[in-house]
Amino acid sequence: MRSSLTSSNRAGWAFALPGITLIFAFIILPFFLAFGFSLTNQRLISPNATRYVGLENYRDLLGLAVVTLDAKRDAGGAIERDAEGRPEFPRVRSVTRNPDYPQYRGMREWFRWTGGDKAHVVIASDVVFMKALFNTCLFVLIVAPLQAGFALGLALLINQRLRGITIFRAIYFMPVVVSIVVVSLLWRFIYDGHDGLLNNMLAALSWGHFRPVDWLGNPDTALGSIIAMSIWQAVGFHMVIWLAGLQTISPTLYEAAAIEGASKWQTFRYVTWPGLRHAAVLVLIVITMQAFALFTQIDVMTKGGPLDSTQSLVFQAVQRGYGLQDIAGGSTISVILFVIVLTISLLQRWLTRER
Amino acid sequence: MAAIQSDTHRLRLIVRYLVLILIAVIFIFPLLFMVMSSLKSDHQLLADTSSLRAFLPVGDLSLKNYAGAFERAPVGLFVFNSVFVTGTTVLLSLLVCSMAGFSFVFLHWRGRNVVLSLILATLIVPFETIAIPLLLEVSKLPWIGLNGLEWGWLDSYRVQIIPWIADGLTIFLFVQYFKGLPGELIEAARVEGASWFQIYLRVVMPLSGPVIATAAILKFLVMYNQYLWPLIVVQQETYRPVMVGLQYFFQLSPAWGEIMAYLTLITVPVLAFYLVLQRAFIASIASTGVKG
Amino acid sequence: MKMLNLTAGALIAATGFSSAAFAQTTLTMWYHGAGNKVESALINQIIDDFNASQSDWKVELESFPQNSYNDSVTAAALAGNLPDILDMDGPIMPNWAWSGYLQPLPIDAAQFKDFLPGTKGIYDGKLYSIGLWDAAVALYARKSTMEELGLRTPTLDKPWSKDEFMAAMKAAKESGKFDAAIDLGMSDKGEWYPYAFLPFLQSFGGDLIDRTDYQSADGVLNGDAALAWGDWWQSMFKNGYAPGTSEDPADHENGFIDGKYAFSWNGNWNAVKTMAKVEDVEFLPAPDFGNGSTIGGGSWQFGISAASKHADGAADFIKFATQDKYLAAFSDAIGLIPATKSAAQMTENYKEGGPLAVFFGLSQAQAKKRPVTPGYVVESKVFQKAAADIADGADVADTLDAAVDQIDADIKRNDGYKTH
Repeated sequence: MRSSLTSSNRAGWAFALPGITLIFAFIILPFFLAFGFSLTNQRLISPNATRYVGLENYRDLLGLAVVTLDAKRDAGGAIERDAEGRPEFPRVRSVTRNPDYPQYRGMREWFRWTGGDKAHVVIASDVVFMKALFNTCLFVLIVAPLQAGFALGLALLINQRLRGITIFRAIYFMPVVVSIVVVSLLWRFIYDGHDGLLNNMLAALSWGHFRPVDWLGNPDTALGSIIAMSIWQAVGFHMVIWLAGLQTISPTLYEAAAIEGASKWQTFRYVTWPGLRHAAVLVLIVITMQAFALFTQIDVMTKGGPLDSTQSLVFQAVQRGYGLQDIAGGSTISVILFVIVLTISLLQRWLTRER
Repeated sequence: MAAIQSDTHRLRLIVRYLVLILIAVIFIFPLLFMVMSSLKSDHQLLADTSSLRAFLPVGDLSLKNYAGAFERAPVGLFVFNSVFVTGTTVLLSLLVCSMAGFSFVFLHWRGRNVVLSLILATLIVPFETIAIPLLLEVSKLPWIGLNGLEWGWLDSYRVQIIPWIADGLTIFLFVQYFKGLPGELIEAARVEGASWFQIYLRVVMPLSGPVIATAAILKFLVMYNQYLWPLIVVQQETYRPVMVGLQYFFQLSPAWGEIMAYLTLITVPVLAFYLVLQRAFIASIASTGVKG
Repeated sequence: MKMLNLTAGALIAATGFSSAAFAQTTLTMWYHGAGNKVESALINQIIDDFNASQSDWKVELESFPQNSYNDSVTAAALAGNLPDILDMDGPIMPNWAWSGYLQPLPIDAAQFKDFLPGTKGIYDGKLYSIGLWDAAVALYARKSTMEELGLRTPTLDKPWSKDEFMAAMKAAKESGKFDAAIDLGMSDKGEWYPYAFLPFLQSFGGDLIDRTDYQSADGVLNGDAALAWGDWWQSMFKNGYAPGTSEDPADHENGFIDGKYAFSWNGNWNAVKTMAKVEDVEFLPAPDFGNGSTIGGGSWQFGISAASKHADGAADFIKFATQDKYLAAFSDAIGLIPATKSAAQMTENYKEGGPLAVFFGLSQAQAKKRPVTPGYVVESKVFQKAAADIADGADVADTLDAAVDQIDADIKRNDGYKTH
């Protein structure tokens, strides 16, 4: 036993070494460089010497505070109210641009809640980043389960023995094959608020009762529209992974289930699903990772707008690193993203660990 | 009795196909849009986007956009570059990553869990955020070529290939698949005195059709759609791939028809690759008669 | 015969050092015209002419697609891989010069005294780049629409006032014939925003940054004039006069031509194409919102990289390329405004009485450069987002304050973008 262990120690390294070396050289090393950048004021191009700034970049992104505003009062001390009877509050900029509060200088309102004559306003050093963080998490939370579910459904559907099934298998994969740039462009046309295909079709289906929606132009619908398109676009990708998993299940198990008179659901529950354990972990992790990397759709379709309702972390990282030439800021975002996703995937692995 | 059964059977079959076709309609329209648009003039193409005409071959159709695309850009060269870079990377990636996956699952060496976790963590690093550090790195790497030792990898095929060979996702794919393989097979081979390499080559890989196909198609897609990386490391047209070439068509006002023609042309290799690989998805462990 | 050739070849090879072909030093050059057939043919023609005209230098061209050109150059600069000669979009020049990637042109400025101001890239008192053409933006309109709506035709001397402009918007909208009054090109979310919309802000009396020392935007981008601009800008979308940021590219490109929009705020590079489809199109000057009417100036220009060891040769090429005949050729082929009056007279469109002559006047009279500072690269992005957010309904004062904060913070982080 001992000798086998040592020998596999050496063989193990030998087998893994090429992959490990390449990953170290071309992913881990540059990532450490990026981490280094996040502690400096590194610019994309600049003649100025780079300075070490410690955690300043992190503070600039993550700074949060809550300020409480008292309702405005007129000379007689009565609360001023707007037309609908709600109390009126002074503008947040009366705090954030006030020399008396240097600690809030430059911060902006993220959101607020009001109670009686007080308004509690959450202000952030970087509202755009906060919104990007929130949107990205929301995107992942919605996309991951839906996409995984739909993909499994499709995989089961095309895993049957039917004449011509390969054609369907190819068609379902089509949105993945066609470049995401084209797909995003196409959906920009489809979602057009004025005479887009979606509005036209909904109007036709409702006999003209449907009022056109500016899908990508309305902050309430923009992210949802991108989510729907993203699920549709990549579902074929995960279908293929599920399919590979389905192939590892021995047909003899199905035969046995059939002999015992198992129902379709029972067969799925007790034969298929346990056999998909490894594929499930894979699909979940891959979807989560891809969802966190949300970028191209945003870049082609909305550029983060309207009113930051579709900002995403990677879009912001790119925007800052290349657009604003702030490599340090972009790198900081990617380090934060890394920490978030690492935490989640460790959690996922722990939850789905083999007991 | 038998007749009724065959009738319900037929009905079921029809329902099944109906469902399949309905779903197919939902998924096929970007392809239809792309191909149909490539046959239309810019003005008509844009005008059609507000109705179902966008997906139909209606109006004045011609192959002009294709001729225009070839005139505007060296399409053949770009496709060759992309296919060459992609093909080479896919092959090397399958080899390197499957070996690593094999090692992580079947070989019990010290530290493998830590290394695997580290590799999985790299899945999370969005490429966009390490592109600049990586650019600085490869611009200083040595290479021994026909002209002896040279420094810097810019403007070459190797700079588009080597950094992309190994990646966490592909290794992870193999790891998850190998975990599902029956361990007794490997033990049996070990008992018979086979070397690890023989086991990898003769026992494990022949059982890995589906995962090889999956890994290959996923890698192919990633490589074929490369944009940011070749953009910053390749300055000479000779080495430009298809997605950078796409930019040739976005002038001050984009040439929409030619863009669609170009995209149709460059989609052909991906589609062909997928269709070829499809067989491997079905050539499963089931057909080898192994019991799970 | 074959034998003879061989000998001749060997002879030339042996004595090659004296032959012209061998003495030529290669100059590498980058240009943004990949994929543009006409432009490529022209630039190649100039290079061939230059290479044949003298025996010291041989220019070799590498073309890049325009869309990603800046990224390519930045990456190459980072990797230390820049060519001798490169072209660049005017407003980015100060950033590259400041970063040390460019050297001032070793050419006497008097050489270019007749050139349109927008074609000269001057930073820190030195001429870094020179362009063969400028571009201009105008208000596209149909003569028939103008008559139908009973609108006065504005001129360079007497452009529309704000009230006249808004009355035109209102009239177009209320006529019920159009989806929207004007296409501002909101779907083109890039450098178009600062190039096309910053002039409105300037006409209101605001600006992107205080141009006295380029150290702060406070009071300029969020002062009273800027707030007035913001309110007006927002009203354009709130009132439905212009399609907003979600406009799709199809509407932007076809809208005016198909008669969906009464007006279009558009560049002169689309003029030739539009004239072909809209017979009675007119190109009107920008409205005057109180502080004169202004349009953006500065287009693509040639410069020499700091790393070039052959600046003299590069300068020779640039002098050669800026001859009137080439300015005219470029203008005829791609519709841009030639840099000199004398070249304009040689062109179809810009000679006196030519269909686009109005643009030459526009460029000469109204063109104002985008802020000439290395920080423009960042400031333009900040403006882009602010203009989009305000159009989408964001609070004007808050948005502009935030933009000012962002710009000022960036300037501070870069030690004031001071030259070294």
